[in-house]
Amino acid sequence: MSDTTAGEVLTTKDGQPLKVALAKALRREKLRSLALIAPLLIFVLLTFVAPIVDMLFRSVENSIVEETLPRTVVALREWDADSGQVPDEAVYAALYADLAVAVEEKTHTRLGSRLNYEEGGMSSLFRKTGRRIKRMDEAGPFKEQFLEADRKWGELATWNVLRQFSPRFTDGYFLSAFDAQRTADGIEMKPDNERIYMLLFGRTLFLSIVITVSCLVLGYPIAFLLASLPLRSSNLLMILVLLPFWTSLLVRTSAWKVLLQQQGVINDFLVWIGLISDANRLVMINNQTGTIIAMTHILLPFMILPLYSVMKTISPTYVRAAKSLGANDWTAFWRVYFPQSVPGIGAGAVLVFILSIGYYITPELVGGTSGIFISNRIAYHISSSLNWGLAAALGTLLLVAVMVLFTVYDKIVGIDNVKLG
Amino acid sequence: MSALPPYASPVQRIWFYSFRVICGLIFFFLIFPILVILPLSFNAQDFFTFTKEMLALDPAGYSFKHYHDFFTNPDWQQALTNSVMIAPIATLLATSFGTLAAVGLSQSHVPYKPAIMAVLISPMIVPLIISAAGMYFFYSRIGLQGTYWGVVLAHAALGTPFVIITVTATLVGFDRSLVRASASLGANPVTTFFKVQMPLIVPGVVSGALFAFITSFDEVVVVLFLGSAGQKTLPWQMFTGLREQISPTILAVASLMVAISIVLLTVLEMLRRRSERLRGLSPG
Repeated sequence: MSDTTAGEVLTTKDGQPLKVALAKALRREKLRSLALIAPLLIFVLLTFVAPIVDMLFRSVENSIVEETLPRTVVALREWDADSGQVPDEAVYAALYADLAVAVEEKTHTRLGSRLNYEEGGMSSLFRKTGRRIKRMDEAGPFKEQFLEADRKWGELATWNVLRQFSPRFTDGYFLSAFDAQRTADGIEMKPDNERIYMLLFGRTLFLSIVITVSCLVLGYPIAFLLASLPLRSSNLLMILVLLPFWTSLLVRTSAWKVLLQQQGVINDFLVWIGLISDANRLVMINNQTGTIIAMTHILLPFMILPLYSVMKTISPTYVRAAKSLGANDWTAFWRVYFPQSVPGIGAGAVLVFILSIGYYITPELVGGTSGIFISNRIAYHISSSLNWGLAAALGTLLLVAVMVLFTVYDKIVGIDNVKLG
Repeated sequence: MSALPPYASPVQRIWFYSFRVICGLIFFFLIFPILVILPLSFNAQDFFTFTKEMLALDPAGYSFKHYHDFFTNPDWQQALTNSVMIAPIATLLATSFGTLAAVGLSQSHVPYKPAIMAVLISPMIVPLIISAAGMYFFYSRIGLQGTYWGVVLAHAALGTPFVIITVTATLVGFDRSLVRASASLGANPVTTFFKVQMPLIVPGVVSGALFAFITSFDEVVVVLFLGSAGQKTLPWQMFTGLREQISPTILAVASLMVAISIVLLTVLEMLRRRSERLRGLSPG
């Protein structure tokens, strides 16, 4: 290659340096692949990621006090909460001005129900004052008039709540989600009988572990059998795994509702064979047993499929070699086969666990009150109690838990190796 | 494990058969709940259990009345219509966006690939209740909550990861030199895509579409929050039916849905075999 001496630059036909031309081609290729991905990326960002971000934001957002009572919030900054005195006339005057506008726009009841999450009685206080505000004397003095409307305006607790929740952002929802509250002495746990969320998180965790272990215990033998049978018969048996996998979740849940009822098929059968008497029918639904049985059934295919795909790759020669070296069946399985199937166990267990801690439908239908999960509480706060901030905070905690677990899953299996069917 | 060797000891013999029995019981646990609703859906009574007449195989114990109720009850018919209106559009959106993106992702130089992949797969990983909560809050802000398009867009977003995964899996076995060959013969990228690439990845696209369809058709959590009474789908109607006024019509609907699953499963299995045959991986 005499013509490519040092210092001379390789060029393309039209005189461009080769490196530049290659870089250009590479850039064009990158742009093309990004252009193909862009529509979906934008679609998912708008329809899915933005809602999730909105939820994270909602769990700390608290602009309602500042928006409804802007002048009061400013006036309250001057007030010394530790003085043991209720605020002075200026604050009451600001409150009058704010509430007059709020009542006009009918926003004072919304603020009342928001503050009611933090302190009981705030909702009725705002309703009552809202009705009286028009009859108040515009000239003042406002303090007496407010105290006349409701004695609560003369209490320190009322003003403390207003002041505490006047900033734009609050950690109040997260404190509630952790069963904690902010008192005069700082953050402390709620009294034992009011702690529900930690109990629910604990139960969600416990039931998910029980379900994951049951799935593993039932799934391992099946995956082992499927992996060791000849392809023709294992394909046939695979249908028994794939049919439940493909059947609607609600179909399977209704099937369990039918089977587990007190007047249902299983109880009828047990009474008929004489194992239990008609009066002592087993209670297997609307409690934790119902949730565990139904969810183990629903999630079992998610355990079997990853286990199967790992076991398929374990060469039978290793076990044969172990046996020829004198290992008995158990040793050959436990010391040689089982360690090779551990990645499958990890993949299946993490998958089942991730799916089960976020489950909503099945616990709602067969869980009663003792078998419900944290997701049921989130749904309750969205649709019944309308405490969206708390729902968002609980959702955020659940999301963080799932993300941590998913990182583990990614480490074990890799996000690209997810297989379906 | 596949067969017992002739020299097996009695212990091995006992273990071999008891292992098969255990597996049989687990298979029974998997399949029995689905099979049991089929005969129960023909119950002539409004019970959720086998009546004496049914056990005696007396024809009087069986009837089509729950199926009749499903096909005549306006509530169920409305739910069926809504499901049929929502799922195909969501599938179409998910499949077209998803296929394009999967083709883009399979190119050799994709910048920020792990981050993009994480975003695109996220609808599958985030628990449904969280997706539903977030979408409910956000779609209420922009006025999509309680509308047909709100539900369709949400379902399409939930279906895309399945399309990405299945199409990417078929593209792994795709020979890139075919694209170059087609380009060297003068075809433009669009022609190459539709004439060369598409026919080869079609099994992946179809199975991705089936996954997206079943995701939307079965989905209940998101539609429960995002939909209004006008978007009541079949699973939603089943959910209310199970929670409030439990009626045996649910069993008839459930049986019909099992039939749909069997059809889907068969189609998928055929596609898988075709794709394996095309790639020379046939089990023979």
